Amino acid sequence: MAYLPATDDDRVQMLDTIGVASVEALFAGIPEHLRLNAWTVPPGISEMAVRARLAAMAARNAVHQVSFLGGGVYDHFIPAAVDELTRRGEFLTAYTPYQPECAQGTLQATYEYQSAVCRLTGMEVANASLYDGGTAVFEAATMSVRLTGRRRIVCHDSLNPTYRRMLDTHAANLRLEIVDGEAPDNAACVIVQNPGFLGDIRDFSELATRCHAEKALLTVVFYPISLGLLKSPGEMGADIAVAEGQSLGLPLAFGGPYLGIMATRKACIRKMPGRIAAATRDAQGRRGFVLTLQAREQHIRREKAMSNICSNEAWCALRALVYLSLLGKEGLREAALQCHAKAEYLKSRLGFARVLNTGPIFNEFAVRLPRDASSVAAAMAARGYFAGLPLSACGMGEAHDLLIAVTEKRTREEMDAFATALEQASCN
Amino acid sequence: MQLIFEKSRPGRRAVTWDMPDVPSATLPPDLCRSAPAELPELSELDVVRHFTTLSRRNVGVDTTFYPLGSCTMKYNPKMADAVCDEPGFARLHPHLATSEAYWPYCQGAFELIFETERLLAEITGMKQVTLQPIAGAHGELTGALLTAAYHRDMGNVKDTVLVPDSAHGTNPASAAIAGYQVKQVPSGPDGTLDLDAFKAALDDSVALVMLTCPNTHGLFEPAVEQITALAHEAGALTYYDGANLNAILGQCRPGDLGFDVMHFNLHKTFATPHGMGGPGAGPVGVGERLALYLPGPRVVSFRGGYRLATPDKSIGRVAAFFGNFLVAVRAYAYILHLGGDGLKEVARHAVLNANYVFARLRQAYQPAFPAGFMHECVFSAAKQAQRGARALDIAKALLDYGFHAPTVYFPLTVEESLMIEPTETESKETLDAFCAAMLEIAAAVAQKEHALDHAPETTPVGRLDEVRAARELDCGC
Amino acid sequence: MYPEHLKYTRDHEWLRDDGDVFVVGITDHAAELLGDVTYVELPQTGTIVRQGDEAAVVESVKAASDVFAPVGGRIVAVNTALEGRPELVNESPYRDGWFFKLEDVNTIEVDALMDVAAYRRYVAENV
Repeated sequence: MAYLPATDDDRVQMLDTIGVASVEALFAGIPEHLRLNAWTVPPGISEMAVRARLAAMAARNAVHQVSFLGGGVYDHFIPAAVDELTRRGEFLTAYTPYQPECAQGTLQATYEYQSAVCRLTGMEVANASLYDGGTAVFEAATMSVRLTGRRRIVCHDSLNPTYRRMLDTHAANLRLEIVDGEAPDNAACVIVQNPGFLGDIRDFSELATRCHAEKALLTVVFYPISLGLLKSPGEMGADIAVAEGQSLGLPLAFGGPYLGIMATRKACIRKMPGRIAAATRDAQGRRGFVLTLQAREQHIRREKAMSNICSNEAWCALRALVYLSLLGKEGLREAALQCHAKAEYLKSRLGFARVLNTGPIFNEFAVRLPRDASSVAAAMAARGYFAGLPLSACGMGEAHDLLIAVTEKRTREEMDAFATALEQASCN
Repeated sequence: MQLIFEKSRPGRRAVTWDMPDVPSATLPPDLCRSAPAELPELSELDVVRHFTTLSRRNVGVDTTFYPLGSCTMKYNPKMADAVCDEPGFARLHPHLATSEAYWPYCQGAFELIFETERLLAEITGMKQVTLQPIAGAHGELTGALLTAAYHRDMGNVKDTVLVPDSAHGTNPASAAIAGYQVKQVPSGPDGTLDLDAFKAALDDSVALVMLTCPNTHGLFEPAVEQITALAHEAGALTYYDGANLNAILGQCRPGDLGFDVMHFNLHKTFATPHGMGGPGAGPVGVGERLALYLPGPRVVSFRGGYRLATPDKSIGRVAAFFGNFLVAVRAYAYILHLGGDGLKEVARHAVLNANYVFARLRQAYQPAFPAGFMHECVFSAAKQAQRGARALDIAKALLDYGFHAPTVYFPLTVEESLMIEPTETESKETLDAFCAAMLEIAAAVAQKEHALDHAPETTPVGRLDEVRAARELDCGC
Repeated sequence: MYPEHLKYTRDHEWLRDDGDVFVVGITDHAAELLGDVTYVELPQTGTIVRQGDEAAVVESVKAASDVFAPVGGRIVAVNTALEGRPELVNESPYRDGWFFKLEDVNTIEVDALMDVAAYRRYVAENV
């Protein structure tokens, strides 16, 4: 039996020690009429058969098209060392570091990840991870309610529409007033995204000033790779910075596992959800790391906790740390420059379409095609391209609108061929 | 050991890019950061040595026995890693699901989601399952949100959730986020829910009763059917916390016990790796009553393939896409490999192993409850604590024996609690070595007071000053 | 062990009559249960509280507890020394580790609180 080492001899000896005649006797506490008669879970198959079955299933998914899909999830290059290092069993199969003496690998990595996030975002303290970008937005909203005592959350139109929807779902019973706009009066916070969902880059420094004048907080949702180049949330004056961390070394994986990033000002640390690692010493003066401020968390504070979060995305945070360490200061900057330059190049080759962005973009932009974008997308997929995200499928824009993202993985040759194909598909 | 930043040297790098094949582009300076982020500058060898060394300051299931009660630290099959590497899974963009134009290109993923949801429903006797929730606590919140949507739809005004005093902290924390106030119901001296206290607490303000079974004392709730029936009579829904599902796989099913909604912990019962604290996954199963409110969109079968549809009264979205898809891939592979027969043996051997450990240790340590432990057993270290060796000290001493400690100080209902869950994937040799260590520790404590104060002594660091950490708050920068 | 002249609550707060104000803190029993205090969240001066309202939060490494107003009144001062030195709660729970001061207090509520003998019995019975 798979993963079951017990032999007949083992069973006999163990039952003898326990003092019962059979394993069945150990289930005597379950009333007879509640015992399961039969179920339709099929019998087990070998690892060989499992692998074959899953390979066949995976083969029914298309991954060879040249992709310009974005919308919050981006196809960036992941260096081989990320998988190699993070797949080590001491990381992958470790538990939450509640016994810190045997988990210094985890805790130091968490401390380093928190530091990397602060350096990237210009903020003062980060947590060890949240689930994803969307739930991080919800956590930022409730955090600002705790900090200000106000119940109004203002969502700027730059915000990813899926995150906006997730905010409504999670906050449904919290009697919050969630509105769209950017006026900070009486708000707990204003939530903005940079680059915005349609790719626009803004400087929200002035809005930060206005928020603070009204005693509201500013939450900035950022795109990690873009911070190789763009003004950081900290530089803008953000109080809370959150993001989807998938772009930092996590595969597309059809939506998960991903990585919720959160950072804030030091003064707000006690109202921040999630685990936090901190440095300290042992009795011999050796530096070590522990989880701290656990009294905020569910296992201690229960219904008064800052959040209900327990399991997080720690392993994904490690991937992000390894990724950032491999790219380094210059490598991240160059990746961002390439993403931007390539997007600008592609944009310049789509003269047959109307670019909807009026200001600067980072690596994503929206175009209005001469034809329905969904039909074009279908035609292009058959020709070997995922052309982009039809905006009408996100409940935004018009039927002809397409959101196109470009990462450092795209070559000039690919983009030239794509532009030609897209023009053909859109104009005939 | 140095921090990675302390190893940085200007000009070193690991990853280089090709020269751009497009013209450079500029941005207005006021939109750009004033200086590059101070990320480390290292060679690839530096990075590899750093993280390899860090890994060797850790333990994992791959190296060490982790008898953590309520965590189900079973072996994480390598087969699952391999399956996650299938390009058709790893490289699949989730927005292929967003536009119908792309649905033909992710049918394999839709099939996996559909089949995993169907199998999880069959395993637990629930009608529908959603993979959207990203962790167990997220599943609990989703269940509470479903409950609230149901009651609102029915025109019921109910503001309270009942949880046992032995409940995991995520239960009340999740209920609170769904807008509920939480009332605790005490356990009786035998460690099961006090039925009289439960009846007294059950009034028409109760929206939901949250239980786990076996409970966090490791005991099957003998009155579980009565509890769920009473709850329903009072107009409340019933929630099953799936943390302890490992004990009852193939033996009985929450859906048959009268539960309306439940969550799974894929990283417990279904062997997906804990990853130092995550990612896990917390799929939610529901009976017919709550199916209408499930988060969407959902994968449905259609003309030999799959499409997406959102239930009429869906609460919305709790995840951006389909939850932790690659974690579900692992769980699906595990279920296929074990099959119905294998899953039954999982529960049988999980319970056998825990009872064996209990039998070996029950003289030296004080059982928290007289009998009935299933897949985990609970002791109180009160006897040892009187001699200056608290549960915490025993935990630290075990580290020196090469074991991870059991769960300590949870549940809150047991003084100096030690909760031991061996799981079914551990051999008798490992269990014997663990028991030998526990017995040696008990003997050392019996011989000498404060015998464990210096533990652990063989780990990279000794006990760390947590008070200093909380006061200085050096969290990196 | 417990000062004679104080009044006590079931949540282990103490109340001292200083003539013009009433002073509130937590007992050394509570402080011992918490362990080393790492942080205290104090209320705003000017806040009006009713008896039993959550007025402050005291945190240690392993716990976070609410501190309730033992009687109703208006908070006129808070012990800002606790911001830099939360350990005062452990070192000097009845003097330097005070939390906040109340005016306009309901004296009927004061009289109904436990005296030191009652508190001693209460702790003994509930340990």
